[in-house]
Amino acid sequence: MMIPKLPVGEAIEAGIEFLSDNFSFATKAFAEVVETGIDLIVDGMMLFHPLILIAVIALLVWLVTRKRGITIFAGAGLLLILNFGLWEPTVSTVALVVVATMIAIMIGLPLGILAALNGKAYKIIMPILDFMQTMPAFVYLIPAIPFFGLGVVAAIFSTVIFSVPPSIRLTCLGIRQVPEELIEAADSFGSSKRQKLFKLQLPMATSTIMAGINQTIMLGLSMVVIAAMIGAKGLGGEVWRAIQRLDPASGFDAGIGIVIIAIILDRTMQSLGSSAVKK
Amino acid sequence: MTNKIEVKNLYKVFGSNPERAVEMLEKGMSKDEILEKTGLGVGVSNASFNVRQGEILVLMGLSGSGKSTLVRCLNRLIEPTAGQILVDGEDIAVANSEELRMIRQQKFGMVFQHFALFPHRTVLQNAVYGLEIKGVEKDEREEAGRQALEQVGLKGWEDSHPAQLSGGMQQRVGLARALALDPDILLMDEAFSALDPLIRSDMQDELLELQSRVKKTIVFISHDLDEAFKLGDRIVLMKDGQIVQEGTAEDILAKPANEYVERFVEGIDISKVLTAESVMHKPEEVASYKNDGPRSALWKMKHEGISSIFVLSENRTLEGIVTADDASEALKRGEKDLGGILIRDIKKVSPETSANELFPLLAEAKYPVAVVNEQDRLLGIIVRGALLAGLSEGVLSNDDS
Repeated sequence: MMIPKLPVGEAIEAGIEFLSDNFSFATKAFAEVVETGIDLIVDGMMLFHPLILIAVIALLVWLVTRKRGITIFAGAGLLLILNFGLWEPTVSTVALVVVATMIAIMIGLPLGILAALNGKAYKIIMPILDFMQTMPAFVYLIPAIPFFGLGVVAAIFSTVIFSVPPSIRLTCLGIRQVPEELIEAADSFGSSKRQKLFKLQLPMATSTIMAGINQTIMLGLSMVVIAAMIGAKGLGGEVWRAIQRLDPASGFDAGIGIVIIAIILDRTMQSLGSSAVKK
Repeated sequence: MTNKIEVKNLYKVFGSNPERAVEMLEKGMSKDEILEKTGLGVGVSNASFNVRQGEILVLMGLSGSGKSTLVRCLNRLIEPTAGQILVDGEDIAVANSEELRMIRQQKFGMVFQHFALFPHRTVLQNAVYGLEIKGVEKDEREEAGRQALEQVGLKGWEDSHPAQLSGGMQQRVGLARALALDPDILLMDEAFSALDPLIRSDMQDELLELQSRVKKTIVFISHDLDEAFKLGDRIVLMKDGQIVQEGTAEDILAKPANEYVERFVEGIDISKVLTAESVMHKPEEVASYKNDGPRSALWKMKHEGISSIFVLSENRTLEGIVTADDASEALKRGEKDLGGILIRDIKKVSPETSANELFPLLAEAKYPVAVVNEQDRLLGIIVRGALLAGLSEGVLSNDDS
């Protein structure tokens, strides 16, 4: 006897359809707003001469890391990108990643705190994260389109879903690994839950949380190429175009651009995290 | 003296539905039986004791005896299963969470075994934590924090981080953090156990010195007999979650409540190998029965700062002891020799006497115990402190091997 295929996917599709039929007017409006916002960021950054921007970024990297190597790398890498003629796509990629990361942090931090402090929430959130992280990232693109239309917002949506789990996980981990004796000490002085969170748990979890945010950024970057398939521009878009044209040269140019951005962001964030520990 | 804390029939059972274990304990079942039958772990069973205003009470027991659980029940870091904890007559066990926070802020300061300092805060920021929680203004709390740090001898270290300090200094910060709040009660959970023995001894001295100034009510947890005897005005001995004896060091030394206490007091291995010879010291000064009168005996005592002096015969055998009080009386009466005031009934032991046998002797003895050889010649004297010091050195050399 044949067991008929269970309609799991169909059920999810029906659910998405229902949601998009009823709410897409709202999500599409939201998409418009976000898209305008991102365009503004990109246009704003393009107002400056790239060389000025590169100098400013290199300075920022220096101020954060205080390391000569990565500062020189940042300046030289960005000049290389400029030389490739990929300045505008790079700016729009960075804008996309920054916006997606900020949204992911806004979602990830509170959920991580909730999961750390509440056993029930932990049991609910963790399996969902496992699901989110193992589901191939491409799949998120499909439902993003009916809600947000083709374009950068759908890309941000799927990027956020794909990149938020490490923020949640590491926030939760950071808070949970505060030693029991320190919690007892805080309790013994009559701290309220809020005081404990802000005076002890979050400060002590900072470096772990920063590591989570760093991972979120890296996952976000890895998602931009995929997101290019639904119309996000930027370096991912260049790679996607190169794939379609079988043009290895411009594909590698854009790929190297992504690597440079990733290294700059990673090193800078890491040193933010470790300076948080020293404090 | 008034009772600061009264603990009445306190139980703590770990596990779900712990109340059923309380009934079983009341029926007289043992901890192990209950664990086997219900899977519940008994932490504290029917503990009742009082802590008096201004005293240091040492809760002593081996690890697993429930002493740390018991002290955590006092400020409800661990929720007691049954029983009352009256602090200034107010039952903490029934306080709601808001009341409990207030009580903790106002009455308790706690010091932890592994210091439990906040690594992201400076020494000063650690010291003011409790005041910060209480909502005290920044200037005021930093003033109090600096004072507390000065009290524990850490002036000048305010802006360091805990990781930069040695263990002993870290625990001073822990102590300052508790003192800054000016709480009535200090709970000290094995506060000095993580420190190395020399520093531990210093800290004990400093705690006693501090206590003479601040007069807190202190509940001190320890597994160390010497520490308990040194610090405790009274000692509560625990075993398997139950209190087996409560009393002063004298009571416990002289009248162990049961075999367990006796074994504990023996210090198990060390005191058995420790002999009178190893803990005695040379008498600072002795008097001669033939040559010394009350005046010269008194002068010798004054000179050495002692309150009694052993008297030897011509051939240096032990005759007895003379106290300073008796000597000055004799001087007033115009007596010329020591015969009238010589106390011949003194405790003498041989150099091979073990510490076990010395304990009861010392607990009863009014004067130092004399160590003599077969010819009754005085070899040395033992005072109570020397025995304890000898014991702790015994612990040291054991640790080394």
